[in-house]
Amino acid sequence: MNDKAALMPRRREAHPVPYWPDYKTSVTRSPSLPLLSMESTPSEETGPRFGHSLIGPLDNNLIVNYTGGKAPAVGERIRVHGRVLDETGRPVPQTLVEIWQANAGGRYRHIKDTYFAPLDPNFGGCGRTLTDADGFYEFMTIRPGAYPWPNRANDWRPMHVHFSIFGHAFGQRLISQMYFEGDPLIDRCPIMATIRDRSQIERLVAPLDMQNSRAMDYLAYKFDIVLRGRRQTMFENKPEGM
Amino acid sequence: MTQPLEMLIETPSQTGGPYVHIGCIPSFAGVEGIYPEDLGLSPIAKGARGEAITVTGSIYDGTGWAMRDAMLESWQADAAGLHPGQQGADPNVSGFCRFAADKDSGEFTLKTVKPGPVMGRDGPLMAPHISLWIVARGINIGLNTRVYFDDEDNSADPLLARIEQRHRVDTLIAKTTGVGAYRFDVRLQGEGETVFLDL
Repeated sequence: MNDKAALMPRRREAHPVPYWPDYKTSVTRSPSLPLLSMESTPSEETGPRFGHSLIGPLDNNLIVNYTGGKAPAVGERIRVHGRVLDETGRPVPQTLVEIWQANAGGRYRHIKDTYFAPLDPNFGGCGRTLTDADGFYEFMTIRPGAYPWPNRANDWRPMHVHFSIFGHAFGQRLISQMYFEGDPLIDRCPIMATIRDRSQIERLVAPLDMQNSRAMDYLAYKFDIVLRGRRQTMFENKPEGM
Repeated sequence: MTQPLEMLIETPSQTGGPYVHIGCIPSFAGVEGIYPEDLGLSPIAKGARGEAITVTGSIYDGTGWAMRDAMLESWQADAAGLHPGQQGADPNVSGFCRFAADKDSGEFTLKTVKPGPVMGRDGPLMAPHISLWIVARGINIGLNTRVYFDDEDNSADPLLARIEQRHRVDTLIAKTTGVGAYRFDVRLQGEGETVFLDL
């Protein structure tokens, strides 16, 4: 028996458009036919769950997790923290949050990244954590550098951290990017521009959070994340016609 | 004036980018030593009940090129049609797998057990299927689709029944290529475009 309420339909207008010619790769990788819409089923309402045994003590500290704590990465030390909620405003506890990013010079540790900026021998570029019982998470990392990328003749990615969030249902699965308050490259970025709703763009820009910064140590940025919610009704789960 | 609804809006998606593997399957990307192993290496453990199957395929862009940089996630029920976490579900089926297109050929492989029919919402059973989620550079919001099987009875499946252009149903059905072996190709755009889902 299905004991879960349906997921709220995804508000597609709040998301990027799939086809955006200024982001050239999207031109051949965007479906041209409409998506098939239907109410969610148990296949979308259930999802993988991960436990604390998965998470190592340094997993959410990108400054030191690549060297096992032996040597810190180069860069401006920052704390990225926030809360995972759903559309109803309820916290999403015990959910896996993964991040990845370029190093302080704007270079990824990846065979395909050939940018001039050097690799940092002490920086791997990924981390993960579980939200706590109230949906809070935090990472320590370094501020990633901006970098040029092959798109239009002179496109640069603003400083950003990639986020992957699971939620508790496969239909809540989300990958996004966090940007930094005040970065002038944000408004020039064709990937950011795939989001047509200005207020939704702002949802991805983390404010500097001085109150949660630590003197002589790190600056903090706050980044809250909202996943799809579930419909709330007492009429759910009754046989048809009742 | 009315009362405010006070609903939050989902955080907008952004592309996983070309380096999604660093964050999700770092060992695959050559970033070793941070985690003991990549997450979701297999959806099953030894002793999983049911028919062992292998699903192989490629993801083609609008030009017909097999993408080398796509990452996929799958989610499925066990052989009895129960999802992990549900009472009585097979403890050796985690149901979740992460895998990637091969860097040279673009081909992906999923080794699992065939799921059983799953209870639908207020309706008939859904035919056995595996949910797929595809992310890559150039995909601005992850693409959801399903893998059904050509040797199962799909005639009463409520999702397949909603596809108006009946020839498009085929894009969701994996074809038998051998004993327990299936082929499932995904076409993002153009002729034979896969049916993508908004569930």
